[in-house]
Amino acid sequence: MELTNISFWDFFGVWVAALLTLFIFSFLYKDNPFYKLAEYLFVGISAGYYVGYYYYNVLIPNFWIPFWQQGQYEYIIAVILGTTILFRLSRKSGWVSRFGFAFVIGCGAGINFITYLQSNAMAQIYGTITPLVALVKGENGGILLDWKNTIYNLVMIIGVTSGLVYFYFSKPHKGLLGVTARLGIWFLMVSFGASFGYTIMARISLLIGRMQFLIFDWIKMTWDVIGGKISVGF
Amino acid sequence: MGFVKRMSGLDRRIIFVIIGLAVIIPLLIPIGLPIIPTAPARATYDAIQNLPEGSIVLFSFDYDPSTMPELQPMAIAMLYHCFTKHLKVIMIALWPQGPQMAELSMQEVNKQLEAENFPLPEYGKDYVNLGYKSAGGLVIIGMATSFAGIFPLDTYGTPISELPLMDKIKSGKELQAVVDLSAGDPGIPAWVMVSRMAGYPQPPEPGSTDITGKMYLLGGTTAVSAPGFYPYLNTNQMQGLLGGMRGAADYEKLVNKPGTAIAGMDPQSIAHLVIVLFIIMANVFFFLEKRQEKRKAT
Repeated sequence: MELTNISFWDFFGVWVAALLTLFIFSFLYKDNPFYKLAEYLFVGISAGYYVGYYYYNVLIPNFWIPFWQQGQYEYIIAVILGTTILFRLSRKSGWVSRFGFAFVIGCGAGINFITYLQSNAMAQIYGTITPLVALVKGENGGILLDWKNTIYNLVMIIGVTSGLVYFYFSKPHKGLLGVTARLGIWFLMVSFGASFGYTIMARISLLIGRMQFLIFDWIKMTWDVIGGKISVGF
Repeated sequence: MGFVKRMSGLDRRIIFVIIGLAVIIPLLIPIGLPIIPTAPARATYDAIQNLPEGSIVLFSFDYDPSTMPELQPMAIAMLYHCFTKHLKVIMIALWPQGPQMAELSMQEVNKQLEAENFPLPEYGKDYVNLGYKSAGGLVIIGMATSFAGIFPLDTYGTPISELPLMDKIKSGKELQAVVDLSAGDPGIPAWVMVSRMAGYPQPPEPGSTDITGKMYLLGGTTAVSAPGFYPYLNTNQMQGLLGGMRGAADYEKLVNKPGTAIAGMDPQSIAHLVIVLFIIMANVFFFLEKRQEKRKAT
């Protein structure tokens, strides 16, 4: 961030963000009031922010304006159904929420049934239909064995098949079925391990993001203000 | 307490400090480890690169500040690429804070373009920010019919009929590319599942550069979600995918605009190395402790 002058509130905001970050990190030592303050502040401000945000960005443009200003009175049906969901909070009248939930779940299931089947089942099955022996045209016009794709296709087909066999519980996993299921477990464990590795990468990335903020936005900016390189004004 | 037992029961706060130092030191003293873009990142870059000048790209900002370190650098690098290629950009959001993420990205991109004396994109003509709309997949379905039906106003309250860019495109069926920067649901799964069936153009054939009447579906996602989306990439339901900060660094490298993602790669590599060493150490001391206990028992 290269600035010559910043507003006081920007400077104040960076300090508040930095202190709250450090309060959260203090939990790594042990639970303490500073961490609790930051945690409760986060929950409270998030709830308050989203109430305001949804009022101005969802309720007003999606219901208030169409209903009152554009005469689209059919929107009241959606509001009534949505309101029935709130009855879930009442022990006596909780049954009313079933109408709203039924509509949401029914629509969701109807839309997702076809789309999910298409993208997550049919397209994936189509993707596994690959040649066991991959061939490629050579420079002289001859046909050559494409080792890389052959091995890739074989591993994919064996992995998919054995993984699916593992989830076949109608017969005991003995003999050939047992061996295939065992191989499937290995493929599943390797994929879980890869997924877990990605998760660790994601968490480290978030830590790096916070450290970049603390070092380059907070400490460097404060140092520049103290050193006179940046002036803070209203 | 013996050394092996002490190491097996090492206070986790010492591990936290070491991980912290493994991240902080490379940030202060960069090493400059090489970055070789992966095939999915290169495919994403090639897709944008293949778009002719004037093509309209829709960016869907489906993330919030909690995942900014991973997704914001992707947004900045991809927007920079689009504007340097004179592409037009429509920004929408399926997450509430998406419009703000879009604004912050544009501020950074404008700084980069200004530093290179590149003409800044003009709001309304070169890019628009249509804001946030709830209901995820239904928004995608609705845009296939009409943008105006779903986004009558942009995020600043201007009717989209007053935005010159929106005169050139009336619905999602006319898009050349969609870039979904997604931290969860709604996001990439919604776009993949719904877009083709809602009437968006089909993807180009794998390896083909002819995109007449076709639409690229490109994605950027957090590293946590990336493994779940590779099946979409492998079946050509998506044509490119950037995964996590590494994907963002790959794209920054490809557009030759180093940013926070490339700066984060050194600490990422060192932190991973430290974690691997700890895992090895933990296993070694675990088995040593077991052997010691066996010896004591006999």
